[in-house]
Amino acid sequence: MNRENIFKLLDKLNLQIKILEIPDFIALHINKSEVIGLLSFLKESEDLRFTILTDLFAADFPQRSKRFEVVYNLLSLKLNQRFLVKVDLDEEESVPSATKLFSAACWYEREVYDMYGIHFDDTHDLRRILTDYGFVGHPLRKDFPVTGHLEVKYDEKLEKVIYQPVVLDLEFRMFDFLSPWRGSDYILPGDEKAKKPPEAK
Amino acid sequence: MKEEQLEQDKYFEEELSNRGFLLTRIDEVAAWARSNSLWPMTFGLACCAVEMMQAAASRYDMDRFGLLFRPSPRQSDLMIVAGTLTNKMAPALRRVYDQMPDPKWVISMGSCANGGGYYHFSYAVVRGCDQIVPVDVYVPGCPPTAEALLYGILQLQKKIRRTTKFKG
Repeated sequence: MNRENIFKLLDKLNLQIKILEIPDFIALHINKSEVIGLLSFLKESEDLRFTILTDLFAADFPQRSKRFEVVYNLLSLKLNQRFLVKVDLDEEESVPSATKLFSAACWYEREVYDMYGIHFDDTHDLRRILTDYGFVGHPLRKDFPVTGHLEVKYDEKLEKVIYQPVVLDLEFRMFDFLSPWRGSDYILPGDEKAKKPPEAK
Repeated sequence: MKEEQLEQDKYFEEELSNRGFLLTRIDEVAAWARSNSLWPMTFGLACCAVEMMQAAASRYDMDRFGLLFRPSPRQSDLMIVAGTLTNKMAPALRRVYDQMPDPKWVISMGSCANGGGYYHFSYAVVRGCDQIVPVDVYVPGCPPTAEALLYGILQLQKKIRRTTKFKG
């Protein structure tokens, strides 16, 4: 079953899809209301058998009108094919959970919730999975400050580890990946007073 | 140096054969015992732990200095914080430290444990494990070699010998 035949099968479903050209993947955009129907068709169909949810992740594009994109990555062992399903989301919108179809989705959804704050409807367990208990914010959002909001410290008087607002002793530094040995296209910190090298003729 | 050693040996021999016992200061014996039987709590957090295992394995062989890794804080008197300490791990680290019996020491191993290192500006990492527990020796490196860790341990032994004092 090749790409065209798969899309012919999908045409019968009458879904609003937008096909994307991604090498080695079959990929499409779909509305969030139709995503569970599509996923269950891809999984249950005898000809397709996309039975493995290899990944479920999100991405943040602040410049878009709908900033989040949730991506389902399915694998069919029968066809040796991978299938990407993408859903665009606004900040306030939530997606239906895929846990009833794929039990693997639970931890992926928890990770997406933890990192982006995207809510999944009718899931049995939507807790944070990676960050600290009581963590403030969602770190993979582009507007999240990289140093976070809270830091931990041991308090001698209270005899326990406490949380307090971040105070940086060291000035924040942006690191680039230019090699200082090969020369950077800007003046390195501390080099301001150094002599400029003679210009090549 | 050699003559001194011989003289000392002669003195010990005479003392032992004539009287049958030796006299010394109790705090020196205690310091000797403490510094030569440091039992570290296994607290490997990241890649530094691999280098710590290397220091414990046959090539560098920490056993020579009386260091035996213990799986329980209640049996150990040294904690080697080897690796990145995250915010989520910090209360657990403090609890393990509190469970260790006194006297106890802490070695901070590697850049991350010393001051956050590569992850200094991260939202999830403690900027140095000295925010959570008092540290005796900092071993720099990313990760420090097994020799570096061993050197840090020897420095700690010196510190213990120097500072163990009983009030008379």
